[in-house]
Amino acid sequence: MSPTAKSNGAAKAGAKPKLAIFGAASCGGCDIAIVNIHEHIVEVAAAFDIVLWPTIMDGKYADIESMADGEITITLVSGSMRTDETVHLARMLRRKSKFMVAFGSCASEGCIPGLANLSSRKQIIDTAFSTTSTDNPDGIRPIWEYQAPEGVLHLPEFEPMLRTLDQVVEVDYTIPGCPPESKQIWAALQAVVAALNGTGPLPPKGSVLGAGESTVCDECARKRDVKKIDRFVRIQQVAHFDPEICLLEQGLPCNGPATRDGCGALCPAVGAPCIGCYGAADGVIDYGARLISAYASVVEAQKPDDIDKVLDGIVDPAGQFYRFSLAGSLLRSSKAAWDTDGEN
Amino acid sequence: MSAQAPVAPAPAEGTAPAATFEPVIIGFTCNWCSYRAADLAGTARTKYPPNVRLIRLMCSGRLDPTFVLKAYAEGADAVMVSGCHPGECHYIEQNYKALRRFQLLQRTIEALGIEPARLQLVWASAAEGVRLANEIARVTEEVRALGPLNWPAGNMVDLDAFNLDTAWKATGGDADGPPATPGGTNPEHAAEAAR
Repeated sequence: MSPTAKSNGAAKAGAKPKLAIFGAASCGGCDIAIVNIHEHIVEVAAAFDIVLWPTIMDGKYADIESMADGEITITLVSGSMRTDETVHLARMLRRKSKFMVAFGSCASEGCIPGLANLSSRKQIIDTAFSTTSTDNPDGIRPIWEYQAPEGVLHLPEFEPMLRTLDQVVEVDYTIPGCPPESKQIWAALQAVVAALNGTGPLPPKGSVLGAGESTVCDECARKRDVKKIDRFVRIQQVAHFDPEICLLEQGLPCNGPATRDGCGALCPAVGAPCIGCYGAADGVIDYGARLISAYASVVEAQKPDDIDKVLDGIVDPAGQFYRFSLAGSLLRSSKAAWDTDGEN
Repeated sequence: MSAQAPVAPAPAEGTAPAATFEPVIIGFTCNWCSYRAADLAGTARTKYPPNVRLIRLMCSGRLDPTFVLKAYAEGADAVMVSGCHPGECHYIEQNYKALRRFQLLQRTIEALGIEPARLQLVWASAAEGVRLANEIARVTEEVRALGPLNWPAGNMVDLDAFNLDTAWKATGGDADGPPATPGGTNPEHAAEAAR
């Protein structure tokens, strides 16, 4: 080891830039999407020294802990901040990384796990441990600390609310999607590699990588012309949808108008409505608010009762408008999540 | 960690008796009717509760639901939207859009646990200063009866930085605070880094 080895590993001549891929509260789908870049993964391995990727390879958090600050060039975090352990690791990785990327919907806006913010911590744990359908005769409940003979064991504590990565640490880039499309991941990684090699521009801080700036509607091949809706239906209520015409115009609540493009409009292409996994389009502050605005603008009714009849077709407004974005929205949660009378 | 003390601007006393609770109501008014109705109420010395903070829009159809959610998140107890009577919109039919947005938004906030009465729609023409004043009084009393909203995201929303960490801490979310980040530009993070 040279005397300078400890100062900044990434600056060593000939050393490859370090890459960490960390999954917090996630399903693992983001990791699969990364591997789905197929043989390009070899090029990633050639370009980077992968120091952490728990889903795929061995790696010790202690090794990361012992690195100098900023030693990791780029860290991709998939998954949301659910336990104090993930929060701690996200902060540790932030210190060790030059660039922090919120990778996928969970990290950037909460995604499906973020819907837990519709309930309090107590309600969630009750549901998991203490419902009549739960086989838990001893009434075991989770504890965060355990006094073992050898000492106190600390277990990851389930935090009162789920947070997105940028609510915990500074985030440099976001790659949206649930999961991000593999070709978009590869394009984003190529851009990063080019920037590191000095052959391409470094994207401005705060950029959304691997996606467009417009909406899914822009990518969608379906025809739009009427822009009037006199009913909302659920997909299982209708046997046949026209394959050519906009699904929203056919009454299917499609989230395309508020959702960022970049996925290729895969869902509407096969007759399923967009559910919004690519998150908010450019300039949108609150995803649900944008979608509410878009839907309300095209409803064909003027009397309050008639409007109500149409809106009755949207059976779950919170799920429809915030399926992927609740934790990252302006309100972040429902009132039930925090108005607990001290029981949490 | 379990201390989820709601953070909200004054009057934030969650336990304050209803008689002393003064709700904060954000009122979005249309330039062509209800804002002028408020003006008329003023010139006619018609009194209405000072709880409402009126913001002028060019039309009730300009109301982005984002405004409403941001108001709740930053501590408002209720939002009142007012525009021209149906059929009398300066821009032909935008108040119908406002009506539909209002109805859909009301369903959505209800699903998020916010009482629907915290979002109110009032039609008032430019000649209806007294009516607007009465409606403001009615809304104020309804919200006063509901009590404070105290959304814990109050003061957490920094739309410029999109970083809500500091305010989260204020909710009792974390003890150890945000990390030092190399090259961080967020002032809160930078302050932490300097420590």
